[in-house]
Amino acid sequence: MKNSLENKAIDTFSYLFMALFSIFCIVPFILILSSSLSDEKAVQLTGFALIPKHFSLTAYEVIFQDNTIFTAYKTTIIFTVVGTILCMIVTSAMAYALSVKTFTHRNKIAFFVYFTMLFSGGLIPSYLLISKYLGLSDNILVYILPGLVNPFNMFLLRNFFKQIPDSLAESAKIDGANDIYILFKIILPLAKPAMATIGLFYGLGFWNEWFTATLFIDNKDLYSLQYLIMKVMREVDFMYQLDYMQGATVSYVLPRNTVRMSTAVVTVGPIIFVYPFLQKYFVKGLVVGAVKG
Amino acid sequence: MNVALSNKADSVVIKKNKKSFLTDVKQNFYLYLLVLPGVLYFFIFKYLPMVGLVVAFQDFNSVKGFFKSKFVGLKNFEYFFTSKDWLVVTWNTLYLNILFLVTGLFFSILIAIVLSEITSKHFKKVTQSIVILPNFISWTLVSMFVFALLSTDVGYINSILKAFGFIQEGQEINFYSNPNLWVGILIVLKIWKSAGFGSVIYLAAIAGIDQEIYEAAKIDGASRLQSITKITLPQLKTTVVLLTLFGIGGIFHGDLGMIYAIVGDNPNLYETTDVIDTYVFRMLRQMNDISMSTAIGFYQSLVGLIIVYVSNYFAKKYDSDSAIF
Repeated sequence: MKNSLENKAIDTFSYLFMALFSIFCIVPFILILSSSLSDEKAVQLTGFALIPKHFSLTAYEVIFQDNTIFTAYKTTIIFTVVGTILCMIVTSAMAYALSVKTFTHRNKIAFFVYFTMLFSGGLIPSYLLISKYLGLSDNILVYILPGLVNPFNMFLLRNFFKQIPDSLAESAKIDGANDIYILFKIILPLAKPAMATIGLFYGLGFWNEWFTATLFIDNKDLYSLQYLIMKVMREVDFMYQLDYMQGATVSYVLPRNTVRMSTAVVTVGPIIFVYPFLQKYFVKGLVVGAVKG
Repeated sequence: MNVALSNKADSVVIKKNKKSFLTDVKQNFYLYLLVLPGVLYFFIFKYLPMVGLVVAFQDFNSVKGFFKSKFVGLKNFEYFFTSKDWLVVTWNTLYLNILFLVTGLFFSILIAIVLSEITSKHFKKVTQSIVILPNFISWTLVSMFVFALLSTDVGYINSILKAFGFIQEGQEINFYSNPNLWVGILIVLKIWKSAGFGSVIYLAAIAGIDQEIYEAAKIDGASRLQSITKITLPQLKTTVVLLTLFGIGGIFHGDLGMIYAIVGDNPNLYETTDVIDTYVFRMLRQMNDISMSTAIGFYQSLVGLIIVYVSNYFAKKYDSDSAIF
């Protein structure tokens, strides 16, 4: 008797808690979507709302009036795709070498990598190195090179590779295959969930990149999408400089608030669309790789 | 005599090592080739900046560069530790990170346990997907959400409060000028963004618990709540300690990406939200004081390293499975 009551209480709590937490997580998305579809005047009168007020597409018309968004999209897509591919090649190459038990110095090299997770030179020396000595300011490579290998991802992948039986690589070696061939033809096809996981981490890391731009990018053509958001959010003045806002001054009300929201929606869109496809992989990959090994 | 002998022995060992290293490279040529780009990357982008820490002991002049700037010893550190800022930013960093860690741990475990108690597969999948999603949103977008929610004139919270008559026109809460509200706001944002994702690992740990333990407990008459508190929670201990250790290792590093994106350069809120990282970043941009900001960064890295070692030492003593190294 007591147990069935307890069962009911636990069930109710579980379902209720997850429902509420999900609402808590999703409300901000709905809020910016509906606000971006609202009329600016209505928003100024009564504020943002979860249901569009005086449905209007003006905020979208305004941001698509010129190339600012498209240029940022192009830049972001280029460094996200190129960066993710490069990162995955370098990371998986390193992770594989460090997972081979016959590789003499693998523990030393692993510590060489691990130490950077414990101690770093900090922001300023890196900044000086990248801008002054490597001259990467206002260069699209600055988005990619400083984050080429994430030690966490590298160890995650190494742990995954370690679980692949050695016999596979050994028999290929007897047949005369070298390690590079083994990595690309034997190991990587077996490591799809783990590769999808770190690919997702790298890809989203690039897509969400904005801090690099605050440090190293002045050229408007090289703004990343998230940095553009930052500019639109932070500097009201910056919005007036954008060509699209100058076109908008003809109307009575400058859609300041709604344009912020439509810019946000336009940049978050792709993540929402890609997410369901990748989600099924990463939970699996993360779980297997995170097992201490 | 002894010294000479041991020297000789040393040099023999070195020679032998060198030789074996070369043959090793020959034998494992492709493995070295694979590891080389990564090693170069870490050398250039992680180890060279460590050398750059000498700037902390210099009066850095960008024309003269690293090698010719004047050495000033510990003067940069002295300046920082005698200002009142160092206590404020150190305190904020530790205070915020500890709160993030504890609340994150609590909600991640709670979500994992609740999810594992839910039997409807469909409901479980949908809600899990939703609560993980915010982890993949950038902090700049979160700052846009924060604006949509908290802005004084058009924010959702203020308009709701007005709609329900809790406040009148003109009485809006001015979030952006009240530093006391921001510890809470930052914690809520952190939970919003990372608690769901954090639950993934705990959920995996729960899935890995031997089902027989639960069945045996059931036969012995354990209730569901007892299974949770007496079996699930204790079984999660190793994972909790390991992840907490990782968290404690980073406790001296403020979340620059988060706090700068959300608070930005709003001096009204520095009192409660300014952490070491935002302080260093501001010092670089606004004062352009390279030496001083490097010195503060050095202090941060060094204390951070000590904290990692100390916490790992205690973890080893307490439960050797949970230690990181």
